Formats: sequence, structure tokens, C-alpha cells
Amino acid sequence: MPLVTVRNLHKAFGDHVVLTDVNLDVAEGSVTVLIGPSGSGKTTLLRCLNGLSHPQRGLVTIGDVTVDYSSHPNRRELAALRAQSGMVFQAHHLFPHRTALENLTEGPIHAQKEPVASARARGHALLEQVGLSDKADAYPSELSGGQQQRVGIARALALRPRLILFDEPTSALDPETVGDVLTVMRDLADQGWTMVVVTHEIRFAEQVADHVAFLDGGLIVEEGTPRQVLTEPCEVRTRQFLRRVLDPLSRVPDQGRP
Amino acid sequence: MDASTWELLLHAVGPLLLGAIVGTIPLAVLSFVAGLVIALAVALARLSPVKVLRRFAGGYISVIRGTPLLVQLYIIFFALPSLGVVIDPFPSAVIAFSMNVGGYAAEAIRGSILAVPRGQWEAASTVGLSYATTLRRVVLPQALRVAVPPLSNTFISLVKDTSLASSIMVTELLRRAQEIAAPSYEFLALYSLAAVIYWVICTALSFAQQRLEQRLGRYVTT
Ligand SMILES: Nc1ncnc2c1ncn2[C@@H]1O[C@H](COP(=O)(O)OP(=O)(O)OP(=O)(O)O)[C@@H](O)[C@H]1O
Ligand SMILES: [Mg+2]
Repeated sequence: MPLVTVRNLHKAFGDHVVLTDVNLDVAEGSVTVLIGPSGSGKTTLLRCLNGLSHPQRGLVTIGDVTVDYSSHPNRRELAALRAQSGMVFQAHHLFPHRTALENLTEGPIHAQKEPVASARARGHALLEQVGLSDKADAYPSELSGGQQQRVGIARALALRPRLILFDEPTSALDPETVGDVLTVMRDLADQGWTMVVVTHEIRFAEQVADHVAFLDGGLIVEEGTPRQVLTEPCEVRTRQFLRRVLDPLSRVPDQGRP
Repeated sequence: MDASTWELLLHAVGPLLLGAIVGTIPLAVLSFVAGLVIALAVALARLSPVKVLRRFAGGYISVIRGTPLLVQLYIIFFALPSLGVVIDPFPSAVIAFSMNVGGYAAEAIRGSILAVPRGQWEAASTVGLSYATTLRRVVLPQALRVAVPPLSNTFISLVKDTSLASSIMVTELLRRAQEIAAPSYEFLALYSLAAVIYWVICTALSFAQQRLEQRLGRYVTT
């Protein structure tokens, strides 16, 4: 049985339909990469997995928690769903008034009621894991973009979630720090973490993903192994998208023009 | 000014300072603290998804800001007794001033909460924090930095407004000056002395405000 199942997800902002009917399975211990054009609803889909976004319809199951969005889940049901995952944001959203270590221990101590000493010990170990053992007492504003994002990843790990959601974790970074963050993510994949990753890093998807889903027009247009979707895509839209991402200067001819 | 005026002033400094210390300052501090609690509640009600709460808070702010503080004070001290509610001068003043601060500071607090990026709320909720914990540990500490300048101004205005309490027989700074001035007719000297003391207190507070703002600005992210 998959760890995550998404069924018939439908989300509109006003009369702007973003997800029409999305279905997705995520196997435990697998890395799923979501790709798709800007505005195709990747972020929205990810946020439906932890209740930050409230779709009008659809069923999301993670582990033994199921939320049926059509029945207006209350705050407690959404919190139970949210507790299943950790999230890494594009803009990291670290707490600016707390040190790196305090960012990591905030959830464990103040939500999960873990004893302070054990949370801090785990926090130090996690900072070491992401290569920042010397930055425990630094404030986010004192860290580089790549370091901030690695703290963001460690903060998600500190919650000991069933899976981790990544929303374009490297899109806001300087090119030379992207590699540090992707390396940490690849290590997590090797350790068996279940991950759902929205990214435009096609090379990362090829090397690390077990499953790739291409989202366009409110639907998952094509999904499968990285080889199926990225190397030998069946759909025209997938091919066009990949061409644009891999070679941004190549112009796809407009329809009706030679 | 002749020698007897100086003599009177010299003897008045002590009682006036005492009036500031046992009257003006406690009145301002108590009212401000209680006022901030009211203001936070009103601000949160204004931000609530529940329409009734938003309406109620909006109405409260409108009434407080749309009526003179002196009238609010009179209603509590002179008008409530006709409904059988009799409150002593000092507590009456604390109630009136704190309700007034509650109305004025609510908008400043609401604005400062809105100034905290949405992402902070979302990050807090993904690490599992409840609404109350998010407010206490994530949002309000960051909002404070934005709120300090307007709230300091509210406090400094409040220190000056406490002089209105002299009209309901609270023995604070201005009331002391009146009591000494009346028999001697030395209004100019005593009210000037009172003005100087208010000025010194407010200037000291402005200075403290600047120090506080510098301290709170330390961890600002870009
Ligand atoms: N809060 C919102 N209110 C209104 N419309 C929104 C909101 N959030 C997203 N949208 C719209 O929903 C659509 C999908 O947005 P989403 O952020 O999920 O796309 P995305 O695939 O993540 O794009 P990108 O690659 O640019 O991050 C967009 O058209 C966007 O304008
Ligand atoms: Mg997005």
C-alpha cells in the first residue's frame, strides 16, 4: 500500500480552476518529483498534501490519516494530516528571531512536547548531517541562502515526519550553493526518506527520483519512472516542457507559424 | 517672580513629584498594560475569520476613537453610579484609560501582525505549532518590532492624558498642582512646574523608546 494516496483532487481559486482531477500515489521510501510549467499547480498540489491549501474536493491519505476535503475538515483533522509531513519552502521561511538550532527544536519542544535536552541533542546531530554543525547559534540572517535552506531541511527532519515535502528548494539560490542543497537531498533519499519534490532540476530528477509526474492544465499528464517521463516522454506537452527547461533559449514555434 | 513664589515652588516640587510617582506613573503603567491586553484581543478579533467578532471589534474601535476620552472618563465615574455601579476614582481612571488604549493600540497591533509574512504562519503550522503558540512564539515577537514605535507613542500620549484624571479627583501630578495653586493663586508657577515634570517624563520615555527599537532591530532579515 502506498504511503500517500491522492484521489480526485479539485482545487479552484474563485473560478480559476488549478487542479481539475489529480490522482497520485507515493510509495513509502520513494522519491517523487513533480514537474510542470509555472502556474500548473505544483505548489498547490503539494500544499493540499498538508492542508495549507484547501481544495474543494478530493481525498488525501497519508499513513493512517485520511482527510476528505469535500466534507470541510476541521482544524484538528488538518493538523493531524499536517503532522504527517515536514515541509521545505522555496523561501525557507525560517524563524528570523531564533537561532539555527532553535529553528530545529521549535516544533519538537513546543508542539511535540519532546524534552528540551533530547530535542537539542537531535538538533545538533541534524545540523551536522546537513553540514552546519558550527552554525547552531547563528541567526538565519547570518547564513547564506544555501545554508538557510539546509537549516530548513533540518527543521523538517527534526519533526520525524513520515515524509518530506519540498517546494522548489533550490529555485531561490545562487547557482554555486544549489549543489550543497541537492547533495543533502540525495543523501536523504539514500537513507530511505519518503520525499515529494517540486523542482526544475531535471538532472536531480533523473538521478534521484523513483517516480516523476508531469503536471499541466490541472492534471497529471504523464507519470512514470524518470526514464519514461524525462527521457522517452509520450506526450507532446511533456516534450515541449522539457525542451524549454533544458534549453531555455530554444524557441518553441508558435502554433500557426512556421 | 518674587521670593515667596520661589519659596512656594521649592516646597511644591516634592508633592508634585510624589503625585507623579504615586499617581501619574502607576495610572499610566497599569492602564497601558491592561490596555495592551484589550488591544491584542480586539486586534485578534479584527483578524478573526468569524464575522461577528470582526464586527464587534470594529464597533469597539469606532466608539473609542469617535468619542472624547474625558467623556469616557465621566461616563465611568459620574454616570455609572446612576446605574448603581460606583467605582473609586483611581480604578475608574484605570478602566477608562485602558479601554481607550485598547481601542487605539488595537489598530497598531493588527497592522504589526499583518506585517509578519504569511510564510511564518505557514512554517509554524508545518512544524505543528497551534494558533496560540504560533502567536506567542513566532508572530508576536516579530510583530513587536513593528509595533514598538506606534505603541510607544500611545504610551507617551497616555502619560499626558492621565492629567484628565485630576477632574475625577485622582491625586496625580496635575491635581497636586491645582491643590497647591488654588489657595495661593500661583497658577502660572505651579502649572509650569507641572508641565516641566510631564516634559521630563515624556522625554525620558522617548529616549527609552529609541533604545528599545535599536535592540529589537538586531535580527532583522532582508
Ligand atoms: N492564493 C491564491 N489565490 C489565487 N490564485 C492562486 C493562489 N495561489 C495560486 N494561485 C494560482 O493558481 C495557479 C497555480 O499556482 P501554483 O503556485 O500552484 O503553481 P506552480 O506550478 O507552483 O507554479 P510555479 O512553478 O510558478 O511555482 C496559478 O495560476 C496561480 O496564479
Ligand atoms: Mg510553485
